[in-house]
Amino acid sequence: MSALAPDAIAARVQAVFPNVIPFRSENGEPWLAVAPADLPGVAALLRNDAALACDCLMDLTGWDLKGYPAVPPSDDIAVVLLLFSMAHRHRVQLEVRAPRAACEVPSVSGLWPAALYFEREVFDLFGVTFRGHPSLRRIMTPDDWVGHPLRKDYVYPSEYHGVAHLREGQRFEGGPNRGSAGAAGGTA
Amino acid sequence: MTVEATTPAGELMKLSMGPQHPATHGVLRIVIESDGEVVANCTPDHGYLHRSIEKIGECVEWAMFVPYTDRVDYVCAMNANLAYCVAAERILAADPGAPKVPFRAECIRVLVAELNRISSHMLAVGAMAMDVGAYTPFLHGIAQREQVNDIFERLCGQRLTYNYVTVGGVAFDLHPSAPQEVRAFLDQLEREFVRFNKLITTNTIFRDRCAAVAPVSAKEAVAWGLVGPNLRGSGVDWDLRRDEPYGIYGQLDVRVPTGQAYAGRKGVVGDCYDRYVVRLLEVRESIRLCRKVLDLLPPAADKPNDPVGGHQADVSKLLRKPPKGRVHVRTEAPRGEMGYFIVSNGTKDPWRVRVRTGSFTASGIFHKVMRGIFLADVVAVIGSFDVVVPEIDR
Repeated sequence: MSALAPDAIAARVQAVFPNVIPFRSENGEPWLAVAPADLPGVAALLRNDAALACDCLMDLTGWDLKGYPAVPPSDDIAVVLLLFSMAHRHRVQLEVRAPRAACEVPSVSGLWPAALYFEREVFDLFGVTFRGHPSLRRIMTPDDWVGHPLRKDYVYPSEYHGVAHLREGQRFEGGPNRGSAGAAGGTA
Repeated sequence: MTVEATTPAGELMKLSMGPQHPATHGVLRIVIESDGEVVANCTPDHGYLHRSIEKIGECVEWAMFVPYTDRVDYVCAMNANLAYCVAAERILAADPGAPKVPFRAECIRVLVAELNRISSHMLAVGAMAMDVGAYTPFLHGIAQREQVNDIFERLCGQRLTYNYVTVGGVAFDLHPSAPQEVRAFLDQLEREFVRFNKLITTNTIFRDRCAAVAPVSAKEAVAWGLVGPNLRGSGVDWDLRRDEPYGIYGQLDVRVPTGQAYAGRKGVVGDCYDRYVVRLLEVRESIRLCRKVLDLLPPAADKPNDPVGGHQADVSKLLRKPPKGRVHVRTEAPRGEMGYFIVSNGTKDPWRVRVRTGSFTASGIFHKVMRGIFLADVVAVIGSFDVVVPEIDR
């Protein structure tokens, strides 16, 4: 049982799925870019291959690229899978980018049941539909909530069922772009 | 104990437990469909305490997010502070000029984190005993928590949400009498421990009540993302303080207790009693770590940013223009892995702050472990997983 280096993991995955591209973030964190269609196969390989054996899904979350200084610029929603192997003690970071208009990613809850809750949260807060999830419902916000709060273009609602969120004359002080010129953080 | 449901579907009684139920540790609602005394289906309903902390993280500056982390888990706010600060420091570390956290600050961090772990676990085991019907142990548990709160109040002025650990160190140096106070508290706690174990841990009624209830196997625990004492209760030998050390935990030689079917002949590994006992054993370990770190504590220096005796490295300039990139850092909080996934776009506000907490995945397994148990055991299961609702909903 030995931990594999990030490059060795990437090479092992690429041998089966040549479309998977290894990246390193600006501060050196390794991650693998996976196309949504490849995700079930890549995830199953990482989970079941004896040398990879990622039996633990540490976290499954998302982040919005809209406005992020990525090269090339993109407004996709990224779903991040943080995997860990208890046996080998190595970690793998997968990132699946889905277009924000048709945000659909295959579910991995069949491989890691922990994903059942994580995917519900990403569905609720980012609006990513996980194909194959048995009960994809909102988890944090009420079922009739409008919008997905962690998207960067989320518009703050002014009221919920007749209960105003702001007092008269009050406005939201800021959103993600607080402080930069002309960017009101969503005044609804 | 698992009992098969006998009534055909359609004749189940629907019971809404919570959100204002004394045994659900906050505002957790669980919809239970029961067949007589047996739980047929259980659906946790979350969101009552959702405060959109992750969205707030994108709207405030790096250092301004620390007080919000207190609210992620107010039962162990020190550990919650620490988790975020370690992650933010990992982002800053990409800058070649990033200062290191002073050694004295690292010692203080371990000290407060372990004290908070003690107080959190004492509350958890006391509350679990109360949930299954023994009221007195809860008072003994909360009495210990009270003493830790007193120490923290003298340290930083707060009793619940401390805002004490900062990016780059801690907010204040220890007050001069703190080491003696902590040592006196630890000595007292060890004596109290004997009494507590006599009162409840070795109590046959309590032990048999929790034995073999809702067992989780090691494999299931890993697959369902259980962390911390719940994972170790299932017999998995894994502790981030030892296996992925952060701060100075690497020098402290952390010992890790695991579940061993402590309830004896009637118990199985990973049952409610194992999760309970593992928490108590972790308190023991935390007592040892506190003493060890007090021995390591260097004397205070005059300058706060002294690399050895200081308590706060100067990171204010760096926090205005941190390096770009992403990190995923996990730390061992009392309720298990508290993981931060942070994306930085190089500005004074984080681009994305993700908090992964132990209670979130622990509540994800509820519907599975509760199927087929007795209605009266539901509270024992909630108590043994030690879920804290603000941590689920964030």
